[in-house]
Amino acid sequence: PFKRYVEIGRVALVNYGKDYGKLVVIVDVVDQNRALVDAPDTVRSQMNFKRLTLTDIKIDINRVPKKKTLIDAMEKADVKNKWENSSWGRKLIVQKRRASLNDFDRFKLMLAKIKVSRSFIYFSILHHFHAMFS
Amino acid sequence: MAAKRKTPVKTRNPDLIRGVGKYSRSKMYHKRGLWAIKAKHGGVFPRHDPKPKAPVDPEKAPKFYPAEDVKKPLLNKRKPKPTKLRASITPGTVLILLAGRFMGKRVVFLKQLTSGLLLVTGPFKINGVPLRRVNQSYVIATSTKVDISGVNVEKFDDKYFAKEVEKKKKKGEGEFFEAEKEDKKTLPDEKKEDQKAVDASLIKSIEGVVDLKAYLAARFSLKSGMKPHELVF
Repeated sequence: PFKRYVEIGRVALVNYGKDYGKLVVIVDVVDQNRALVDAPDTVRSQMNFKRLTLTDIKIDINRVPKKKTLIDAMEKADVKNKWENSSWGRKLIVQKRRASLNDFDRFKLMLAKIKVSRSFIYFSILHHFHAMFS
Repeated sequence: MAAKRKTPVKTRNPDLIRGVGKYSRSKMYHKRGLWAIKAKHGGVFPRHDPKPKAPVDPEKAPKFYPAEDVKKPLLNKRKPKPTKLRASITPGTVLILLAGRFMGKRVVFLKQLTSGLLLVTGPFKINGVPLRRVNQSYVIATSTKVDISGVNVEKFDDKYFAKEVEKKKKKGEGEFFEAEKEDKKTLPDEKKEDQKAVDASLIKSIEGVVDLKAYLAARFSLKSGMKPHELVF
């Protein structure tokens, strides 16, 4: 029933607090509720499990590795690309892009959507006609 | 008072601490050369008597004064500061008008007038907004900018937009009904020419950007699901 386990090397997404949206690696477990967590651009710190959402990605490290070892292990497992190509990661990127749209960008987006739907309607009417007479 | 010094006096008595000078009174007397001034004037300090004033007529009591003493209002020397322009509003910014006849229209900002109001234009051909003054508080500044270098806005100021003073007409009996339907106030041709001049180069630079013309022609409105505090303008 469970597929993603809390283990050393599990990559997790922070879902609450100052580091919201960042990917971190669990490098040790403090107690039943907290984990020691580390990332290439943050200081190693403890976090409650409730602030983390586990991902499918796991890297191969020992307990509490040095920063350099951690970074090398993340490179080897290609965490960044795996995340950005996963459907979850892609969705987050799209959300960020949509939130940062300018008023002008939103207008251009509306025009593009109308264009796509119009060409689809045209295509489907054409198809329908063809089906009626053949 | 004798002739005034051109530079302010630098004290010859430096402070040891606040309130205590380095030199005593007698030393300072010597340093300032008061002995030399005294010697020059034969052992006495020079006296400067006040000049005799010209005779002034005594003030007559006014013809009328109120029975009770009237309080004078306190003096107010306050000068209001010039209106601060938001950092996001620069010449050429596209603004969204939030109130008034042109509510929701997207409009190009030209310059801030001395009264603090913003001078703004549609351009008129694109969305029907003429050269107009608008208050900063009723405007959302977007991050879209239009190239405004070809436009000359020097001649526009608050006086340009002042209402024309109407001559008072004396109401005659028979003229009552005719006076009601005065001819509609048409814009003087000069203002129409000004509008065209300002808009000419603006429209050129707007057409240089894809979709910008249609963007300015459309009105802004909040749709379902749009949260203004989360929108990036």
